[in-house]
Amino acid sequence: MSAVGVAVAPSSEAQDGAAEAIHVENLHKKFGELHVLKGVSLSARDGEVIAIIGGSGSGKSTLLRCINCLENPTSGIIRVNGEEIKLRADSHGHTVPADRRQIERIRSKLGMVFQNFNLWSHMTLIENVIEVPVHVLGVKRDEAIAQAEKLLARVGLAEKRDVYPAYLSGGQQQRAAIARALAINPRVMLFDEPTSALDPELVGEVLKVIGDLAREGRTMVLVTHEMKFAREVATHVVYLYNGLVEEEGPPEQIFGAPKSERLKQFIRNIG
Amino acid sequence: MASETAIINVVARTSLWLQPHRIVLILIALGLVAGAVFFMRWDWLPQYYEMGLLGIWRSLWILAVTCALGFLFAVPLGLAQATGSFWFAAPAKVFCTVIRGTPLLIQLWLLYYGLGSLFPQYPWIRESWMWPYLRQAWPYGVLALTLSFAGYEGEVMRGAFAGVPKGQLEAARAFGMSRWKIFRRIWLPQAFYRALPTLTGETVLQLKSTPLVATISVIDIFAVSSKVRQDTYLTYEPLLLLALIYMTITGVLVFAFSRIEARIPVKIG
Repeated sequence: MSAVGVAVAPSSEAQDGAAEAIHVENLHKKFGELHVLKGVSLSARDGEVIAIIGGSGSGKSTLLRCINCLENPTSGIIRVNGEEIKLRADSHGHTVPADRRQIERIRSKLGMVFQNFNLWSHMTLIENVIEVPVHVLGVKRDEAIAQAEKLLARVGLAEKRDVYPAYLSGGQQQRAAIARALAINPRVMLFDEPTSALDPELVGEVLKVIGDLAREGRTMVLVTHEMKFAREVATHVVYLYNGLVEEEGPPEQIFGAPKSERLKQFIRNIG
Repeated sequence: MASETAIINVVARTSLWLQPHRIVLILIALGLVAGAVFFMRWDWLPQYYEMGLLGIWRSLWILAVTCALGFLFAVPLGLAQATGSFWFAAPAKVFCTVIRGTPLLIQLWLLYYGLGSLFPQYPWIRESWMWPYLRQAWPYGVLALTLSFAGYEGEVMRGAFAGVPKGQLEAARAFGMSRWKIFRRIWLPQAFYRALPTLTGETVLQLKSTPLVATISVIDIFAVSSKVRQDTYLTYEPLLLLALIYMTITGVLVFAFSRIEARIPVKIG
């Protein structure tokens, strides 16, 4: 199935009736003259793990960052949890979220994990994890702390609760960042190349945590270079090439029997 | 075992610190103090003691108030320059440049002799509630020192705001924090921690700018020492004591700031 330039209505491929958590339709993104996304559509139903793969410059990170409007799309439709993000043109002609409250509410349901962790360096791990629940979602502080302790234990960082991020390895920081994202009890987890900035020996511990989340049925959209991992955990793989969906499908098909010549070559080069 | 090591450490450190050249320096210092006590005149001290304490108090509150107010102004000045659109950034930049580019003494005199002599010409000002303040000298001193501190710190805060990693602000955005919350919870605290070491130095500099208020008839500790010199015809004694007082205040300030800095165990980066 090649979806080049066509806005495939993802709702048509209904999958055991699960609700659609993320719906992206005909998304365009231009940085000045540079046309990074040229009409991409994407859908994530509850429990699905969508892996977005592709070469550098293919637009995969931009696509992910458009979902929560960290990058404002130039045009297109984004629905999170069935709610369409309202966009408008500002005085410079750029598209921006029309309703600040709405976008903040939607963002607080999407747990983002960054390539460079981006933990808040003036807060200890436990403070990082309770920050959004307490100050955005209005959870009581002691409840948030109890929850955060569980999450830190879960990613194997219980003893590091009072340590500042700068004193931790990259792998530990990224696991803490995953705990921070989980603390908001997100509808969808968004991973933006979560292992790309890690030393090779630290990649495994982070992938294990992400893999566990996938296996327990968390909805995730994952931009990654780890093909073996994508094949293991993804329910659906999207291959982006030059700002378009070149090929998509279940991992067995994408990695086992790729149709597109470019995808074949991509897998050969990476594998 | 651990305590033994600790004791050995202390002894080792003390003996390291008490090297021959330091012992000599300490002896020289003690000699100087003894010399000052025995060979100089201090009989004027009891008479000016109370005035001196009042002067120290004035210098200290002027320092504290102008640093606090100045910092409050510096935050928006820095923020405007770090992120603001042209219409915010340009005036802030101009303000900082003018303040940093002109002597504080001139700013002070322009305010006191300029504004201060304009105000009485307007009856409605003389009749307003502000007049009891505006006819005194200290508000002009406080204003000039506040603006000066704001000008210098505005530049420091600009750098501090700009230095906070963009990724951390982006993470705050990604989790749905409002702009105000991002500023209050993430951006300002980190900028403040970054600026703190510079802030120590600027506060010490500010302390040594406070004597300028003596030129507009505010009786701070410097003015007291000048009065002692005029009354007693002594040159060195009041000046030496004055220097000692400023050094002591500086020492306390530096110590206090280092304690605050030590409480932030963050390697910010």
